[in-house]
Amino acid sequence: MRFLLAVAVACVSACSSATQQSPAARVQADAGVQAFTPADATFMQGMIHHHAQAVIMAGWAPTHGAGESVKTLAGRIDVGQRDEIAFMLRWLRERHLPAPDPLDHQMPMQGMSGMSMPDTLMPGMLTPQQMEQLDAARGVEFDRLFLTGMIQHHQGALTMVDKLFSSQGAGQEEYVFRFASDVSTDQTTEIDRMRLMLGALSPKPDRP
Amino acid sequence: MKSGLLICASLSLGVAVGCTPSNVGTAPSPANMSTSPPTPDPRLNLRAGWFDAGEAIWNLRLVSQTKPSANFMNPTTPGDPRLWNSDIAMTGPYVFQGNWSGYQVWDISNPAKPTLRSEYICPGSQSDPTVYRNLLFVSSEATNARVDCGMQGISDTVSKERARGIRIFDIADIGHPKLLTTVQTCRGSHTNTLVTDPNDSANVYIYVSGRATIRSPSEMAGCSSALPEQDPNSAHFRIEVIQVPLAHPEQAKIVSSPRIFENLTAPAKHAEIAADSLAAAAARKKAAAESLAAGRPVPAPPPPQPPGGPTQCHDITAYPAIGLAGGACAGYGLLLDIKNPANPVRIAAAADSNMSFWHSATFNNNGTKILFSDEWGGGTQPRCRSTDKPEWGADAIFTLENNVMTFRSYYKLPVAQKSVENCVAHNGTLIPIPGRDIMTQAWYQGGLSVFDWTDPAHPKEIAYFDRGPMDSTKMITGGYWSTYWYNGYIVGSEIDRGIDIFELRPSAFISQNEIDAAKLVHFDYLNAQDQPKIVWPPSFIVARAYVDQLARGNAVSRERLTAITNELNRAEKLSGTARHDALMQLTSQLESDARASNDPARVGLLVDELKEIASH
Repeated sequence: MRFLLAVAVACVSACSSATQQSPAARVQADAGVQAFTPADATFMQGMIHHHAQAVIMAGWAPTHGAGESVKTLAGRIDVGQRDEIAFMLRWLRERHLPAPDPLDHQMPMQGMSGMSMPDTLMPGMLTPQQMEQLDAARGVEFDRLFLTGMIQHHQGALTMVDKLFSSQGAGQEEYVFRFASDVSTDQTTEIDRMRLMLGALSPKPDRP
Repeated sequence: MKSGLLICASLSLGVAVGCTPSNVGTAPSPANMSTSPPTPDPRLNLRAGWFDAGEAIWNLRLVSQTKPSANFMNPTTPGDPRLWNSDIAMTGPYVFQGNWSGYQVWDISNPAKPTLRSEYICPGSQSDPTVYRNLLFVSSEATNARVDCGMQGISDTVSKERARGIRIFDIADIGHPKLLTTVQTCRGSHTNTLVTDPNDSANVYIYVSGRATIRSPSEMAGCSSALPEQDPNSAHFRIEVIQVPLAHPEQAKIVSSPRIFENLTAPAKHAEIAADSLAAAAARKKAAAESLAAGRPVPAPPPPQPPGGPTQCHDITAYPAIGLAGGACAGYGLLLDIKNPANPVRIAAAADSNMSFWHSATFNNNGTKILFSDEWGGGTQPRCRSTDKPEWGADAIFTLENNVMTFRSYYKLPVAQKSVENCVAHNGTLIPIPGRDIMTQAWYQGGLSVFDWTDPAHPKEIAYFDRGPMDSTKMITGGYWSTYWYNGYIVGSEIDRGIDIFELRPSAFISQNEIDAAKLVHFDYLNAQDQPKIVWPPSFIVARAYVDQLARGNAVSRERLTAITNELNRAEKLSGTARHDALMQLTSQLESDARASNDPARVGLLVDELKEIASH
């Protein structure tokens, strides 16, 4: 009864189309779970793996002799992508969808370099060989590999966002739209920052 | 329960705390003159809840709290993103509150009891609102936004039904807003900024900041997601400027797409870059020496990089009175010359290694400082935990001299929030206290923080309000989107909880005279991103506010303060020539006070104010 009344009030005061119902009634109707598409869910599942690798890479900065600016950036990526993994896991679980274990993909890159599975990696993810190389590097060399690797990694995330928005019906769900837009904005910004950092870092030939 | 007891117990220490909503509207208790904030900070461990959360308040009074209307609130699904409230814009007694499903219009003529004036259902994500006279501009960004304002979304990737850009409404009849047109843009509109042209009364301009996916050219001709070197018409690396003819707003259209980021090279960063450059230089030198010693070729220079810089702004704050705008643009804070509003030009840029995402800008009233907020995590993440660094997700304060921005400090909400509370720097405005830079700022579920940044190197919190989280077990996005000073009150837009209105209470940090002086300032309308120049009418209240500031800063001896106060009281009772003469005599005494003062500039403000009063 209350919602019938609400709909009536909405249309008396400001209705843009004759069939418009109340936004609250719409939320009530689906119990707060907005419709989504398989592409939305696939995006979330894939991005968990993707983010998890960034967290591992960022976690190496303090122990691998990273410079101060790389340490700062890595620290922020670590916090940021952990929080976002938690958000994606919750989104999937609340919709009773399979939520991947973010730690799963560590396997191929921890001492099992023979098990390279490039086909299963999300766009931009570093191969096990690239991860081994990064893990073995120290100091300025770590910075250089970290920045080039993370640029590649972030560009892959942008590819995933583009793919999402070019899928029929995808990105209509509010959480997905907002999160994908945040990923795109944040990572575009970080790519730019990392390019500048890389430029400041790269060795230039010193004339003797 | 335990936290509730703790909070209410602090009442006995003289701290004003609203334990329950029933405290709202009670008579103000005597001013709290302590210069120390209450300890332990009552914002810690507040009880969770939607409309029954624990509350902590300091140097403010909660005048009213008003729930969203029935159409914009579903009682069984707290925090549904389709019903989130967003930013607010004010005109006359009305507050336009954006919402993911449209907007609500509140009448706050009686701040103790706001009433719903009208509402408009029209989804389009955050619906950032801006008002100007009879027009309302609303941002639409999401791919599910429709030209007919329907709620069914759009599943086709290419559709003529999609509305991404600026919706323009006629609000002459405030009870029945009328959609005039939608100006479509390639990226949609996340935020928008009204820019007025002092030399052109026939048009206003809207700067559109869009950050979402670029549409297909099949949906909107000319939209290109290629990089500028591949396609000069790329929708990246630009903002859009819409010209709105006031006589025919339905003819509003994009008149320019300024590439304000062009040739943006790495500007100076503070803190770590110098040390890093040294380390990198040393490493380069060492590598080159080793290469030479080993007979290897010296490492080659790095390959050239594609053009960098931000591809869009998040928000722009125009300050037409000084011809400048502050652009918060991804990894940069930009200073724009907007004297020709249709063609803004970048004149300075700042980057900062601790700033993740430059989100919004606020000038101080003199235009000698600019504050940028960093919305690290986009607003839905908990970035005020005790583990989050105080310089991350904070405000960065710069001084501004000859169009050069110089970093001075960070300001972050000085109390930790829970991991179930989204919290980061967000929207605010100046509080018009003469002679000082005071601001009220929203921190989502971190509540609202009023702080003094008169000394740009040492910003300091002087008042606050905070509620417990929406839920104690999981993150439900909520809290203040914005808190803005508007004609004597602070109006807060709460994402899930509606509209809250506050008053300042006198304290050791703000006197009654200063509050009264702030209340003298009247805006006909307010868009936080179209920053108005604050002008105080000549008044003894303003003069007394300056006297209070001199007293607080021990800038003039106690004896002289008493004498000045007495003389002001005497002059106020006089009129005509007698008042004029009394005031002018006082100004000449003050000029000698200034010579002995540790704050001669403030004595000068008082002198100027007295001369203003005398000449009226």
